[in-house]
Amino acid sequence: MQLVEATGLVKTFSRLRAVDGVSLSVSRGEVVGFLGPNGAGKSTTMKMLTGFLEPDAGTASIAGHDVFADPIAARRRLGYLPEGAPAYGDMTVADFLAFIGRMRGLSGTLLNDRLAEMVERVNLTGVWNRQIDALSKGFKRRVGIAQALIHDPEVLILDEPTDGLDPNQKHDMRELIASIAPGKAIVISTHILEEVEAICSRVVIIAEGRVVADATPAALLDAAIVDGIRPSLETVFRSITGSKAA
Amino acid sequence: MKTSLRTIALVFGREFRAYFATPLAAVFLLVFLALSAGLAFFAGGFFERGQADLGPFFAWHPWLFLILMPAIGMRLWAEERRSGVIELLMTLPVRVHEVVIGKFLAAWAFTAVALVLTMGFWLVTLYLGSPDNGIVAASYLGSFLMAGAFLAIAACISAMTKNQVIAFILSAIVSFLLVMSGTDLVLAALRGWAPAAVVDLVQSLSFITNFDRLTRGVLEAPAVILFLSTIVLALWINVQVVDAKKAA
Repeated sequence: MQLVEATGLVKTFSRLRAVDGVSLSVSRGEVVGFLGPNGAGKSTTMKMLTGFLEPDAGTASIAGHDVFADPIAARRRLGYLPEGAPAYGDMTVADFLAFIGRMRGLSGTLLNDRLAEMVERVNLTGVWNRQIDALSKGFKRRVGIAQALIHDPEVLILDEPTDGLDPNQKHDMRELIASIAPGKAIVISTHILEEVEAICSRVVIIAEGRVVADATPAALLDAAIVDGIRPSLETVFRSITGSKAA
Repeated sequence: MKTSLRTIALVFGREFRAYFATPLAAVFLLVFLALSAGLAFFAGGFFERGQADLGPFFAWHPWLFLILMPAIGMRLWAEERRSGVIELLMTLPVRVHEVVIGKFLAAWAFTAVALVLTMGFWLVTLYLGSPDNGIVAASYLGSFLMAGAFLAIAACISAMTKNQVIAFILSAIVSFLLVMSGTDLVLAALRGWAPAAVVDLVQSLSFITNFDRLTRGVLEAPAVILFLSTIVLALWINVQVVDAKKAA
């Protein structure tokens, strides 16, 4: 069974077709880099994978549970970082993560153990009792990751987890994602190509709402070899998406 | 319909605390106390009447609430949309109606706090004379129910926008219409052309008419039913709006 399975997702906003027949399947242990120019439909696709947005056509399932027919079961197995890492700014990090943990059914020692693990893993020690509104962008992003991980889900969908982070924070975030990857299926959207090469086992590129490439980073680069010279991922990305996005 | 009381309680707890996380709670409670006291004393002639009752105090509640309840309810959903938290909330293993009920109850409980704080007036009248405590109790209950109806409307409208100011203004307008529908002004205008049944209907929906009945001390079922069914209907619409408008 694939942990993430989507077929033929379509979403149209007023007259704009944002997502036009996207299919995707991700198995355990895979980290899929979801790439595409701005406006290509990455976030919209992820919102449909999580069940937040209902597609006009197509299906999505998480760990075998259809996200629309059986949303509660699907969401239990899913950790999601929405774009911009939204959180309740008036709460402290500790209160917010405890709230999300409880909403996910954790309580008692299990909740406390998970919170302690989050402090450790996501490195939130210094800000644990600070109000989220007062945090730097980097810490807010980490809080967003921590809430997605609090229930140790099988599937993680992370919309631009490193957006706005400084190089050190980006490095930490990648280490974190790599460390949790075994045993999970992870989908990460980004437009930072070095990130894909660093942590993703597979690349899915979308442009204008369609999947235009789906391969390992190495295969993608090998396929683009010209005169024995392997181009950079950026060159490949631009050649695949450039003409369509123009 | 499956419902998790635990989820409702968790949402309630978070939202109720959120009111006190900012100075908003203190400001609101002060404004409410100052206005309700000021109006009762200066505009209502609380002392001049020479009667130990709370009539002049409660008489202003429909007018106070039509501004203050939208102020309490406007952030409930609009803020979730603006900040994007709605996306987080609606991808948790919870059902929309659980969140809607939890949020509404938190706002309603906050209103209850404000009403309890006004009970000093009751003590004053008890000291000055012997008010009819049954009437006072019925009036408090009526005020609480009416506040709930205004709040449910505000919560529902708040779910339609990500702009709190728009949510506030629209809720105030709808609340105003519901208050005004019982006044002679509106009824006289209707009587000219509308069938009597319509006039009766409009009058029967009026918050002010129904609230007046309760403050006269008669715990009339139709008035209670009107406020409760307004709450249920508005919250039901609230659920539909959140369901349908997640993307915006």
